[in-house]
Formats: sequence, C-alpha cells, structure tokens
Amino acid sequence: MKTYTNTGNKDTRSGFGAGLTELGKTNENVVALCADLIGSLKMDDFKANHPERFFQVGIAEANMIGLAAGMTIGGKIPFTGTFANFSTGRVYDQIRQSVAYSDKNVKICASHAGLTLGEDGATHQILEDIGLMKMLPGMTVINPCDYNQTKAATIAIAEHHGPVYLRFGRPKVANFTPENQSFEIGKAIQLTEGTDVTIVATGHLVWEALEAAKTLNEKGISAEVINIHTIKPLDDDAIIKSVSKTGCIVTAEEHNYLGGLGESVSRVLALHKPTPQEFIATNDTFGESGTPEQLMEKYGLNKEAIISAAETVIKRK
Amino acid sequence: MPNTQQLKDLTTQVRRDILRMVHKVNSGHPGGSLGCAEFFVTLYKEIMNRKEGFDMDGKGEDLFFLSNGHISPVYYSVLARSGYFPVEELNTFRLINSRLQGHPTTHENLPGIRIASGSLGQGMSVALGAAQVKKLNNDSHLVYSLHGDGELQEGQNWEAIMYAAGNKVDNIISTIDLNGQQIDGSTDDVLPMGSVKAKFEAFGWTVIEINNGNDIDDIIKGMAEAKSKTGQGKPVCVLLKTIMGNGVDFMMHTHAWHGKAPNDKQLAIGLEQNPETLGDY
Repeated sequence: MKTYTNTGNKDTRSGFGAGLTELGKTNENVVALCADLIGSLKMDDFKANHPERFFQVGIAEANMIGLAAGMTIGGKIPFTGTFANFSTGRVYDQIRQSVAYSDKNVKICASHAGLTLGEDGATHQILEDIGLMKMLPGMTVINPCDYNQTKAATIAIAEHHGPVYLRFGRPKVANFTPENQSFEIGKAIQLTEGTDVTIVATGHLVWEALEAAKTLNEKGISAEVINIHTIKPLDDDAIIKSVSKTGCIVTAEEHNYLGGLGESVSRVLALHKPTPQEFIATNDTFGESGTPEQLMEKYGLNKEAIISAAETVIKRK
Repeated sequence: MPNTQQLKDLTTQVRRDILRMVHKVNSGHPGGSLGCAEFFVTLYKEIMNRKEGFDMDGKGEDLFFLSNGHISPVYYSVLARSGYFPVEELNTFRLINSRLQGHPTTHENLPGIRIASGSLGQGMSVALGAAQVKKLNNDSHLVYSLHGDGELQEGQNWEAIMYAAGNKVDNIISTIDLNGQQIDGSTDDVLPMGSVKAKFEAFGWTVIEINNGNDIDDIIKGMAEAKSKTGQGKPVCVLLKTIMGNGVDFMMHTHAWHGKAPNDKQLAIGLEQNPETLGDY
C-alpha cells in the first residue's frame, strides 16, 4: 500500500496566505478584501506588499461581498477573507444575488471551517457551509486537505473564471501532499489503491482517511482512498470507477451529513451505480468548545470512526 | 446634447412604456418607475458619459447601478431607448424566456445591466467596489447608483455608507429616491428614518438636494452640482425628492401603485395623460 509522510503539521489557512502572497506577485488583477481578520486569514503579506490592492472592510461582511462583486467590473479578481461562518451563512443572500446569480468572478475564501477551530465553540463552527455554497448554481466548492494543497488551490482558482468557495481551517494538520503540485479543479486524486472499500474524504479528513487505510490494511482490508478536494463540480467518474472495483464507500467530511460531500456522492451513486455507503460527518448537530482532537473524537470525525465505518459498510455489500 | 423639450418628450414616452409593460403582464412596479422617469432620462441622455455599445467592464465610461431593482420598467425603457437593445424587446417584460426579468439581471446577458438587483440594499456596496476599481485602473469616470428611500432600512447600506466615507471613495454619486413611500405605506409610518440628509452628512458624505426630482432642469442642475463635488475626498449623495407615480394623476402621492398594474381602463387614462411622442414599441 502506498503510504504518505507528514512533513510537519501546518494550518491550511497559512496555505491560503502563502497562495495569496504568490498571486500578489504573479497576477496584478488579484485584489483582496478582509473583514477585520487579517491575521487570522494570514493575509498580512499580501496587505504589506500590495496595499493598493488590499481592502480592509471592517466588521461588515455583507458590504465586503458586494464590494467584491463590484470590483470584478473593471477586471479585478477579488479574494474575500473571513471565517467560514461569516463567509457563507451571514451573507448568503449577498452571495446569491450579487455574486452567483450575477456570475461575478469572486473568490470567497473561508477559514475556521468546521469543528476544528476548537475552543470558540458552536457560534463559529459552521457545519452547513458546503451545503449552502454547493446549492448555488454556478458556484465551485473546494475544500483542500493540507497546507500545500490549499496553497495550490488558492493559486488555481485565480485562473478559473467564476465564483468559487474555498474552505480551509485553523488547526495545524498533517502536510503530506507534494509541495509544488498542480491543482486541477474538479479532478479527484486517488491516494491509495484498494479493492475492498472506497474512502472518499475532503479537507482535514483526508489525512485521517489515509491513517485509517493503514490500519485497515494491517487488518487485511484493502482501502482505496480518494481525495475529493472539489465538492462541486464533483468528479463523478473517479467515484463510479472506484466503487465499481470495491463495491462500497465511506464518505468523510467535517460537515453536517445533510448537504455535504456525502449527499453529493449518494446522488452520483443513486443515478449510476447504487452502492452501500456510510457517512463520516456530523449528525445534524451544532458543535461546542473543545480542542480539535476532542471534538473530532466526540463527533466521530477521526481515523477510528472511519475504520469503523469501513468495516460496517463492507458487511453491507 | 438633447434640449429640455426633447428630454421631456422622451420622459413622456418612457411613461407610456412603463404603463404598457406592467399592464400587459398584469404585474410589475409602476409607482417608483414613474417617479424616477425624469431622473433616468436625464442621467442616460444628459449626465452620464457613456461609450457606444456595452461591455461588462465599462472601462473609460461612467457606470450606473440600480439598487432598487423593482423599478425595472423605467430602467428597461430608458436602456432600450438609449440603444442598448431593441425597444420591441420591451414587449417581453416578465414573460418566460425573456431577457427582461421582473428584476434586472446579468444572467440573461441583457446589455446595459452589470449586476442583478431586487433583493434590496446591495447596490451601494457593488457600486463602491466598481468605483474603487476605476481608481485602481486610473479611470477618471464616475459611478452612479440609485436607491429607494425605504431601501435604506436595509443595514448593508449603512455598512457601505460608512465604508465609502472612511475610504474616501469620491468618484461615486449615490442618489436616493426620496418619495417617502414603501410597500406597506409611507416610510414615516413603516419605519421613520428621521433626516436622511443629516444621516449621510453625519457619515461623512457630501449631500446635494434636488427638491423637485420630477423637473428635468432641476435634475440637470443638481446632478451637475453633485458632479462638481466629486474628487474632493468625500462620497457624494443626491437626495432626489420625487412623487411616486408621477405623471399619471390617480397613481400619484400614494404607495398603492408600488407593485400593482393598471387595468384596461386605467391604462387608457394613463396613456391619455401621456400622449405618444417618439412612437410606442
């Protein structure tokens, strides 16, 4: 089984910051807006190097989304930065009308997604954002898995014309994807080959899925792990191809099972290849304060939960 | 430049367009549309510096954003009669497969429209974004926007108003249609706003008042003054006092025609009060 090495824990939000820094140098049309969270979003470098292209909006997210929509008129590529909760739920109507329906080339970049921002608790832990964003016609939804991939995704979305939701997080997690990878929107990445069960994971749970696959392998279960960094458009072919071989699937995400990756996968399978599926996701609940590790354990989002789901789904074949 | 009589003639024709559009589909918003007919005609024919044709980026020309998108009938009529699309297309207003949706949209690629509006309170933010990009692009042209007075009850406006002054966005002229009416009644009844002028001034804007927003000469004078105040480190607000339903006597001074179409008889009266000038579509 192919294995991956963690080159050192890093936060995905810093991957975003690094990608934005790179874009500052390479794409003069990129502008950045932030709603009073420059440090949290790691936008300091871009601000320092390109003050004329950086817009501090203050604690006014609705205005930020509207400003960004307007900034596309005249050819700019705006990247907005705030927490996932305030990037989506708080400004859903602004995104819907001024960005998505108006087909504006805005990149909505959201940190602190999911449970793993930790101690701030449920008010800040949005577990509905993937659903909200994927329901918008024309919206691309991306949830990269580690620092390197978040950096690559940040750079890639500038080249894609159209609204994008880019989701990342606060905790330091394993960094294991190649440093100078190319990032292809909508193209799943098969990480391990397997024959008994497919595990498709997104975001922070990709590493957990790899760890789970290792243990499963020791137990004699061959797991095929696929990194679904793009939830919309979904790489249907990669999923269908894999379950054609394995006959069952586990989906893993740091999000409510309602509206997340799992449901998108279910639709593909229902249409093309009905397959037993287990869901690693939060169970229609809000979060709470705690450390990221405690929360992932309590809400069933870690390696152990994936192993258990894999064993269950194999029995359902 | 057209003379005042030509602008008046066009305004009368625009009124006919508005009435006929909403009558045909028995839906739409005639009240606010009629109240802003002079403003739209003057803005597009006299005030704005526009290029031939239409492209989304609008570099090298003045831009306009309509925030209170429900007054689409006046917007569509003036856009068509300014050459953005054929006037015959006004026949398709609110019909299936039309580019002329109930509220304006870029989704159907209708020339002249740069943002969808309808959900209120979003247009000023968008206009400010476009204005800041004009500066980044070293484009000295201006950005205009229009907002309803009732629309100011939406909080996003005040985020935008604060932002504009704080960031010295002085290449924008945002006009507020002060007709004092909204769907459920007068703005004073629904949610009293106090002095809109004092509020904008307190937020750091330059405020110009046009006391008769249905008089073309007053609009020309007021907008020229507004233009002269741009580039001085402060955003500019125009308070345009209009009469909702202006030009059709039974629709005037009431919120009743905010979103209601005239019947056959009412249409006939309205058209009689606004005789054909440039030719119906």
